[in-house]
Amino acid sequence: MTLHLAVALDGAGWHPAAWRAEGARPDRLFTLAYWADLVAEAERGLLDFVTFEDALGLQSTRLNEPDERLDQVRGRLDAVLIASGVAPLTSRIGLVPTTGTTHTEPFHVAIGIASLDHISGGRAGWRPQVSGRPDHAAHFGRRVLPPLDFSDRADPAFTRHVAGLLGEAADAVEVVRRLWDSWEDDAEIRDVATGRFVDREKLHYIDFQGDWFSVKGPSITPRPPQGQPLVTSLAHDRQPYEFAARASDVVYVTPRDREDASAVVEQVREAEAATGRAGPPLKVFADLVVFLETGGAADRKARLDDLDGGEFVSDAHVFTGTPEALAGLLLSWREAGLDGFRLRPGELPRDLVAITRGLVPELRAAGAFRTAYDTGDLRGRLGLPRPANRYATAS
Amino acid sequence: MTKQIHLAAHFPGVNSTTVWSDPASGSQIDFESFRHLARTAERGRFDFFFLAEGLRLREAKGRIHDLDVVGRPESLTVLAALAAVTTHLGLAATVNSTFNEPYEVARRLASLDHLSGGRAAWNVVTSFDAFTGENFRRGGFLDESDRYSRAKEFLETARELWDSWAPDAVAADPEAGRFLRPGGVTAFRHQGRHFDISGLFNVPRGPQGHPVIIQAGDSDEGREFAASSADVIFSRHSRLEEGRAFYRDVKRRLAAYGRRPEDLKILPAVTYVLGDTEAEAAERAAEIRRAQVGPQQAIYFLEAVWGRDLSAYDPDGPLPDVEPDLDEGVSRGHAAFRRDRGELVAKWRALAEEKNLSIRELAIEVSAPQTFIGTPRTVADEIDHFVQTDAADGFIFVPHLTPGGLDELVDKVVPLLQEKGVFRAEYTGPTLRDHLGLAHRDPALSEPAAPVPAPRTKENR
Ligand SMILES: Cc1cc2nc3c(=O)[nH]c(=O)nc-3n(C[C@H](O)[C@H](O)[C@H](O)COP(=O)(O)O)c2cc1C
Repeated sequence: MTLHLAVALDGAGWHPAAWRAEGARPDRLFTLAYWADLVAEAERGLLDFVTFEDALGLQSTRLNEPDERLDQVRGRLDAVLIASGVAPLTSRIGLVPTTGTTHTEPFHVAIGIASLDHISGGRAGWRPQVSGRPDHAAHFGRRVLPPLDFSDRADPAFTRHVAGLLGEAADAVEVVRRLWDSWEDDAEIRDVATGRFVDREKLHYIDFQGDWFSVKGPSITPRPPQGQPLVTSLAHDRQPYEFAARASDVVYVTPRDREDASAVVEQVREAEAATGRAGPPLKVFADLVVFLETGGAADRKARLDDLDGGEFVSDAHVFTGTPEALAGLLLSWREAGLDGFRLRPGELPRDLVAITRGLVPELRAAGAFRTAYDTGDLRGRLGLPRPANRYATAS
Repeated sequence: MTKQIHLAAHFPGVNSTTVWSDPASGSQIDFESFRHLARTAERGRFDFFFLAEGLRLREAKGRIHDLDVVGRPESLTVLAALAAVTTHLGLAATVNSTFNEPYEVARRLASLDHLSGGRAAWNVVTSFDAFTGENFRRGGFLDESDRYSRAKEFLETARELWDSWAPDAVAADPEAGRFLRPGGVTAFRHQGRHFDISGLFNVPRGPQGHPVIIQAGDSDEGREFAASSADVIFSRHSRLEEGRAFYRDVKRRLAAYGRRPEDLKILPAVTYVLGDTEAEAAERAAEIRRAQVGPQQAIYFLEAVWGRDLSAYDPDGPLPDVEPDLDEGVSRGHAAFRRDRGELVAKWRALAEEKNLSIRELAIEVSAPQTFIGTPRTVADEIDHFVQTDAADGFIFVPHLTPGGLDELVDKVVPLLQEKGVFRAEYTGPTLRDHLGLAHRDPALSEPAAPVPAPRTKENR
């Protein structure tokens, strides 16, 4: 069976000095052509989907405030708009932008992702992300968030703060999912005899009321082609695993090694049980940052570290080595019960090209990766059924 | 001096202008429809392509309105995709200033400006009603009297965010190890009645500096807002005399803000019907009117004014004998109905009596007819006459059919305008500000930025 392979795109790559590497195109980061070229390359490699990072504030090396660094990439275009711009220039690959759940209106997100699904013919996904940063909250001026302090995760104040952000995020996802269903698939009838364009019995108020907000509905956008575009989230801990179990179709996790991968998968399954998840189990993808090269990947990373003035560390495992070695690692980790991987290229486009032209052939040789795209939409590619509409009455 | 005409295309609306019952009427949601209309507009060398917005489905008598086309995508998301399949066409999104926050809207518009190589425009609208607010976290929090004070402060704040990145802030110089130039990005701080925000903006200044600002309000406050802050007005004054009056009124307000008449373009919304002869055009126009105002639409049209359920009345029979209920509003989510309804009913009764009109015939008679009806030649002449006699600087054409509704205009009328020398035969610059003859918002960059190579386009369906 094929393993699932996604690539996480961000700026010039995940190493903060990647923009200074040979072959980088730092002067093109804010153009559509830059993103279109990267996604076209990923599509050439028949990857499942690409994700686009985003945030409502400038990148920073600090947790709660901006830094003053001028030597790293700063600035980002809106991820939904990048994904949408790329959609007509590609045909098969999934497009999964990030949006925030803390400050952004769920209604706007729902219609944005639904529109991306219409534009791309069923290739849209979404990665909801909380923002606990007080400096980002100040860009909105509507609430004050306390500084995040990860030094004592057992501190009840910390857990409460995180629980609040994630609870709000779960409500946001619930609103978005209801809005996607608020039009039944056959709501548009164009019935000339009665003069009706839609059957209003097939348009539904969602009447969501939660602790943080209420939303009436229905959506202004017809149900997306996939019914429910793919919802994905990144999680490192029990609370976010439970959020994923409630809200997502795919969870990205960050195991340190093969053994840790088993432990993490087990924790994800426990979270599913604890939250009483119904429907298909979470697809678990492990995130890795990759520097790929036949000889010299580690040296290349070390040179970038020197340029940046410090060793690059990540929440995810950092792999340096040959495509062949990475293929071996992925196949071994997969046995821990992982469905796939989301690779974060250290340098763009270099490590992306190494994935599509180095890693993919290796996986294929091992019979572990597709040789052609199937015909389905993004959900179908991941083996997820098109969900029934929660508002449709059986007929 | 002969004025150059500006032309824009409106995606067919969520209202009764759009005819969905015609066999040629295609999908209002498939991207192919957007692609076809936008590419047609670009083939016609139009200034821009325009998308409206309505953040709640309209209702009548407490139920979702079901007679008109409904269901549309999020404007900016579609325009980003259109940026990939067009090269010069301006891309205008309607984005409300009440149910949004400046940081997000500013970054999304700046993003569209980058992705399109300088073609973004923002129609700042002020719908504030609690009905629409029910779809949003804050609900209907704004008084009508504050709609423009918020819009004005919203736009000012967005401009502060765009200005917080210098045009050359991104150095991207690997040799020097400098991604940003020192001092290129400055912190913003805005403290006002509606917004108290501070920090760092996270999108570099777009190719146009600021996107083109469009304004569509009609009240005194709306006109003043446009005069102080907008580059384009989208107006509903599409008749010659009222157009001239509106044009004079708005242009004379500009001086108070140190602006010249040419700094604000006035573009009324218009419709058109062509025929090989005047008679044929008139006949087609009447046919389209009948399709727009079907029996159910006619009843609905009267209900909005009567404030009552009139479904028991025969659309082909006489006007309702009941008196209007002036306390009751029937429809929600529609552009505000600001006329005196009692007076209107009396007027319509007199008209129906005089001309012996049924409900449907009256609805057709008193609702807006098409603006330009004629042969391509007479329509081109009329368009030019409107512009040269200062009833407008150009028009936003609202086709009645998706996706073919612009085809005839572009194939038959535009060439005549080009022949007359009043409309461009080719684009002369890459940005929407270039098309509209507006200054770039960067004093330092009075020359247009180097053109961004057109993205490769690929047919994928
Ligand atoms: C031609 C025209 C088009 C408009 N389009 C929209 C629209 O797409 N979405 C919206 O919410 N409001 C739209 N409006 C409403 C205006 O933005 C404004 O909110 C409304 O006219 C009330 O403001 P006023 O009192 O200044 O007229 C439009 C108005 C006009 C005149």
